Amino acid sequence: MQRRRFLLTLPVLAAGPAVAVDFAPVLPGRALVFPADHGAHPAFRTEWWYATGWLALPDGQPLGFQVTFFRVRTGIGEGNPSAFAPRQLILAHAAIADPRLGRLRPDERSARVGVGPAGFDTATTRVWVGDWRFELRGDRYQAEVTAADFAYRLEMVPDAPPLLQGQGGFSRKAADPRHASYYYSRPQLRVSGELSLDGRRQPVSGQAWLDHEWSSELLPEGAQGWDWVGLNLDDGSGLMAFRLRDAAGKALWSAGTLRPAGPSGKAQPMAPEDIVFTPLRVWQSPRSGIGWPVEWQLQLGSRTLLLRPLMDDQELDSRRSTGAIYWEGAVRVFEGAREVGRGYLELTGYGKRIRVG
Amino acid sequence: MSGGRPSAGRAASRREGPVLAPVFLGSLARRRMATLFSLAAIVLGVALGMAVQVVHESALGEFGRGLRTLSGQADLQVVGPRGGFDEALYARLATRPEIAAASPVLEIEARLTGRDDSLTLLGVDIFTLAQVSPRLLPRAADGGDRFAALADDAVFLGEGASQALGLRAGDRLRVQAGSEPLALRVAGDLPGLEAGRRLAVMDIAGAQWHFGWLGRLTRIDLRLREGVPADAVRAALQADLPAGVLVQVPAAAEDEAANLSRAYRVNLTLLAAIALLTGGFLVFSAQALSVVRRRTEFAFLRALGLARATLFRWLLAEGVVVGLVGGVLGVGLGHALAWGALSLLGGDLGAGYFSGLSPRLQFEAGTSAIYVLLGGLAGLAGAWLPAREAATVSPARALKAGDEAALGDGRGHPRLGVAVLLASLPACLIPPLAGLPLGGYLAVACILAGAVLLLPALAAGLVRLLPLDGPVSARLAVARLAAAPGHAVTAAAGVLTSVALAAAMAIMVASFRDSVDQWLAQILPADLYVRGGKASGSAYLDEALQARLAGVPGVARVDFIRHDSLRLAEGRPPVALIARPLAADGSDLPLVGRSVAGEGASQVWISEAMQDLYGGSPGQSIELPLAGRPVALRVAGVWRDYARQTGAVMLDLAAYRHLTGDRLANDAAIHLAPGASADAVAEALTGLVAPGVLEIARPGEIRALSLRIFDRTFAVTYLLEAVAVAIGLAGVAASFAALAAARRREFGMLRHLGLTRRQIGAMLAREGALTAGVGVVGGLLAGGAIGLVLIEVVNRQSFHWSMDLHVPWLSLLLFGGGLVALAALAAVVAGRQAMARSAVLAVREDW
Repeated sequence: MQRRRFLLTLPVLAAGPAVAVDFAPVLPGRALVFPADHGAHPAFRTEWWYATGWLALPDGQPLGFQVTFFRVRTGIGEGNPSAFAPRQLILAHAAIADPRLGRLRPDERSARVGVGPAGFDTATTRVWVGDWRFELRGDRYQAEVTAADFAYRLEMVPDAPPLLQGQGGFSRKAADPRHASYYYSRPQLRVSGELSLDGRRQPVSGQAWLDHEWSSELLPEGAQGWDWVGLNLDDGSGLMAFRLRDAAGKALWSAGTLRPAGPSGKAQPMAPEDIVFTPLRVWQSPRSGIGWPVEWQLQLGSRTLLLRPLMDDQELDSRRSTGAIYWEGAVRVFEGAREVGRGYLELTGYGKRIRVG
Repeated sequence: MSGGRPSAGRAASRREGPVLAPVFLGSLARRRMATLFSLAAIVLGVALGMAVQVVHESALGEFGRGLRTLSGQADLQVVGPRGGFDEALYARLATRPEIAAASPVLEIEARLTGRDDSLTLLGVDIFTLAQVSPRLLPRAADGGDRFAALADDAVFLGEGASQALGLRAGDRLRVQAGSEPLALRVAGDLPGLEAGRRLAVMDIAGAQWHFGWLGRLTRIDLRLREGVPADAVRAALQADLPAGVLVQVPAAAEDEAANLSRAYRVNLTLLAAIALLTGGFLVFSAQALSVVRRRTEFAFLRALGLARATLFRWLLAEGVVVGLVGGVLGVGLGHALAWGALSLLGGDLGAGYFSGLSPRLQFEAGTSAIYVLLGGLAGLAGAWLPAREAATVSPARALKAGDEAALGDGRGHPRLGVAVLLASLPACLIPPLAGLPLGGYLAVACILAGAVLLLPALAAGLVRLLPLDGPVSARLAVARLAAAPGHAVTAAAGVLTSVALAAAMAIMVASFRDSVDQWLAQILPADLYVRGGKASGSAYLDEALQARLAGVPGVARVDFIRHDSLRLAEGRPPVALIARPLAADGSDLPLVGRSVAGEGASQVWISEAMQDLYGGSPGQSIELPLAGRPVALRVAGVWRDYARQTGAVMLDLAAYRHLTGDRLANDAAIHLAPGASADAVAEALTGLVAPGVLEIARPGEIRALSLRIFDRTFAVTYLLEAVAVAIGLAGVAASFAALAAARRREFGMLRHLGLTRRQIGAMLAREGALTAGVGVVGGLLAGGAIGLVLIEVVNRQSFHWSMDLHVPWLSLLLFGGGLVALAALAAVVAGRQAMARSAVLAVREDW
């Protein structure tokens, strides 16, 4: 899914004269090779490692968490021999969705890659900015974040090989194949670790979802925003679906993948016409005034899923850094009256047209 | 005498206030002229002190605020020489666990193409800047985003800079990078910066690249993790830093500026204090004369039951009222002066300590109150002695009229005077305390006090030398001076104080200016100077350009000059490093004292300031951090440097290049081939590069410019001199006004004896001239001595430079003569007023 690219690449383009840079193209038919493709791909414009999930405190209290590391090739300073040349940036966002607080606790870090506090590895997943880091050690992902009013150190263990999205990891975003990314996911990550909240350090455990995606081309013209879900279902299967919307709210493109339970489960891509997002309830943010559809009906072929948020206010205001307000929240999944899983929902482009605001 | 009824007298001890106030304080109004002059003197003294203080506080406050914006929430700063330090240090520091954020900064004085000033340009990393100094964050114009600040050609101007340069977003900022012009795009502003500050910010990568600073930084601002002790971290970091790179708390930079300008400020404040002293002295002279005149009045009051202590207090109150009113007016005038000085001369009063700042006037209630009190104190001190004398005289004696001439014994205290005068000698030997020449100031005070104490003896001596013949008016004047020296001494002492001050300043400034002039001739031996750029600037001459400069036809020899700075001690300003081709024996330097020159490779020539601040005598070895390594060098000699009071070291260029590998140059001294035209060569030199890049100057122009800056710096001291003279004259005028009023009966008597008004006028003029003459002679003698102390002790200890004595004889002569003439005129005017009433009335005036 081309999500934060929307947030990140447009500002870079707006930065001015310097984008006479050849970003590597995303082409069909290139097989993803691991562990090399766990690492960074600095020739491409945008890349992210995006982990979202549900945690439980020892008393059973549920929390949502998000940690994202973006790598951006700015197109600036390509010819500059300075070690500070801002060719590559690392931007990191982290948040805790705490129902007792009723809203997100967010924080962020940014730095240029070169001399200094940020960097990435091209051989495997290892990316850091200051004392925030995200890396793959052996078969375990480790995330460490020290934010203004929370901190966590989490270990995430996958249960199966990477789930390649689209056609073997080539994920199209529009009818025109130029608009595509390399994209794989790690559903059903088993999480354990420690979370410090309000000065108390507690053990936590839960389930998470990781996306790793890299691309160079902008989203198609006319895209207003998108809706995305990554769901860990209780039966051990994982489900990803997204749709791009135009200004009228009509779907421009949809895609999804279901990965059955277990290490031998084979990914089942879904046809765009088999995916239908229907908003059920809108919550209006008292801060931004934006109405977010926080409850959804998701029609996937013959299955009908219902998404309900952990709490309504999971709005993330990152206008200062990425220039966008979006909604990134923990959701429960119902099928019929029964809760069948948990996951994360992402909504963008519901305010003013993104980037203009 | 409205309060003279017995009933009122008895009541005086209980509720004397309402009754006695018109008697005493009213007397101030009755002798309007004398009161006005005393008041004026105190107003001027307080105003000057206040103005200097306010200007300095405003400038320093502004400087400190600017620093706090620049350093933001930094707990520690890593600073190095002007040439910067290796950026690898940043990578090492940024990853240390005790450091929360490290913000690398490259500070460049960017030379503006086609202008003779420069702009401070900070190369920053916006990501770490946001965590340490968020107020410096740039804002892109027309809603651009934060990545706009990363473009290597984008520059963001503070409001002060964009106003001063007339540039707005979208315009081009034209600066000089190396010897090439560079156009940067104005992409936005710095909204967090305080108004008026001239500053520009751009991305550090672009700054390093465009200005030829690849791999170098000039500063790293560090924010520590919460709970980490700054002192411990500082010690740990310092051990990890290369030679010449220091880690300090940001306040140290503020202290640097304060220390740098403190000596200058104390000098000015002290001059103001002397003015205030003169004010107090005028109160004394006015009160003394008034008390003598009112003796009979006091005797009546005492006879009516007024207690001695009450009389004493009331007479003190007269002085205090004048002092306090003068203090209040002075504080107001001082603020007005400060406002004018700030707008005309800038925060450093033209001395150049706080460039790039436009401070706003700040009102400090506490300081103002202190200055009002100082005024009151001057009035109190001035009134003390006359009040005591009036209170001690017995009423019976005082009631015998006609005794008003008795003012002091008129002989002074010659022995005490000599002792005080001699005490100034050991005071000169006191070393500076906390960088301040307090011993020198003590010596100045001793000389002034000694001279005043010796004045009666001097007056008596001079009178004995004067012939007692000639016209009647002349004989009367001399006789009067010989018979009643007390009056003369009072008036002459005021003249002495102000003349001494003015003469001392004149001698010091003339010596300084003359020495600077000679020094400039000595350090500018070449025919033409090419300036690539100011020392810390964005402009320099690279090797290719150096070769091309040397190859210009008509150029016989080029001496290239490299400027840098060295950090030798924390909290102290950097020491200048100058590398240029030097004769092995240092004969082309303005040397002072002996030298022990040897081979050029490992020897260094240090300036007087460097020697005073860091020690090191010829023959000794000192260690300098060059290119990040400590290098031991032998001090070959000491040279005089009027340009850098924080110290400078001079190295031979070849030795410097060998030690550091730095082959750039900032300036070039061009020696012409015989017969070559300076104009033609200058044209050929500027034609080598784009127009406006190279600045060509002739020694004559540099000299003229330097002296112009010098004169501007001393504009304030000239102002102080003028004020000192004004106060002195006011003193003479006030004394004569009071004296003349007291002598109305004498004038009447003289008229009765047949003297014409004209003859009395001539007598008064001579008296005035004689009195002022005594003061002027004493003042010139004392001023010469004070001038010597200023040159040898105060300047040497404050600014660390020596100078050759140069006495401006003609100016002093004119000044002294003019003062005598003005005093004569003042005496005549005062006498005219006193003689306005008829002679008959004057003689009858006896109560």
